[in-house]
Amino acid sequence: MNQRREVVKHLLENRGELLVIAGLGSTAWDITAAGDSPLSFPLWGAMGQAAMMGLGLALAQPQRRVLVITGDGEMLMGLGSLATIGVQQPTNLSVVVIDNERYGETGMQTTHTAHGVDLDAVARGCGFKACPKELSSLRKAIHQQPGPNFAAIKVQPEKIPLVLPPREGALLKARFRRALLGPEADSV
Amino acid sequence: MWPEAIHHELAAARIRLVGYVPDAGHKRLIELCQSDKSMRAVVLSTEEEGIGLVAGAWLGGERSVLLMQSSGVGNVINALGTIKECRFPLVTIVTMRGEEGEFNPWQVPMGQATRTVLEAMGTVVHRPGTADEIAPTVNAALRLAYNSYASVAVLIPQRVIGIKSFQDQTTQVGQ
Repeated sequence: MNQRREVVKHLLENRGELLVIAGLGSTAWDITAAGDSPLSFPLWGAMGQAAMMGLGLALAQPQRRVLVITGDGEMLMGLGSLATIGVQQPTNLSVVVIDNERYGETGMQTTHTAHGVDLDAVARGCGFKACPKELSSLRKAIHQQPGPNFAAIKVQPEKIPLVLPPREGALLKARFRRALLGPEADSV
Repeated sequence: MWPEAIHHELAAARIRLVGYVPDAGHKRLIELCQSDKSMRAVVLSTEEEGIGLVAGAWLGGERSVLLMQSSGVGNVINALGTIKECRFPLVTIVTMRGEEGEFNPWQVPMGQATRTVLEAMGTVVHRPGTADEIAPTVNAALRLAYNSYASVAVLIPQRVIGIKSFQDQTTQVGQ
């Protein structure tokens, strides 16, 4: 089975102008392990909000591709956001769930996906487009396929060393806006 | 009327996204935002989603506003922590229930706790007293939020909205 760090590293390879939101917990460490970037916004809180932040960003930046990478537990806390995104149909947004069927930060307790809940089916029912699961094809879909795109990728439930991004929220926000919008981001 | 006056303030402040959970008191304002080509009205399944929407939009350089009822304030509490920690600008326009003349006892606990909860999470609360004061208050809230990176809520009193019974709620058109 896939290893989460390898999956995320592959999906972010040659990311170019891709804008990335990562959900609270392991996926925030995963995108950092793949290489921290000012155009990544790793969440240290707001569990359940990653997909909605992706929607807001995608609507504000229709010319850029936006990728939300989050965990199954984080996605489960914001399932309604899949319906909300389905209504808006942002063609530049992809949501990828790194699904280890566990709450990794709290003791590896099983999530609903370990008991038959199918996030791909939920997303499809909300109006998301399915993506290929093979990683190179998925990476291509993230950059090119008209969305909203969704894929849940099953990975091993493993405890691995943390790779932490900067912690301060205001810093993460400011560096993202500067990198995306230029120096004028500081004065609007 | 006050919904038209609020819409005018939102348009003048270059608000591009309007997140909302349908609400009788906001009915007219939601319709005005939906028909305004310069705005995108985003229907939410719960108010908490609006916090992510606003934060993501600001990362992308756009301004937004949230419309909700006082009961919805209870659904955003933890997410407001992210607004505070990151200093995201946020303007929330709240139609109040559980205040003067409320007919549904289940609305009273959250309605009475709305200001306390918002202030506990670092949100500045403005409460215009009359219909005439609403638009200037929204104007001030937009400036405070977007000039000073603050979270600001405007509470529209139930007395101004005027919902007094279930019958009123079903026939009310936002005045």
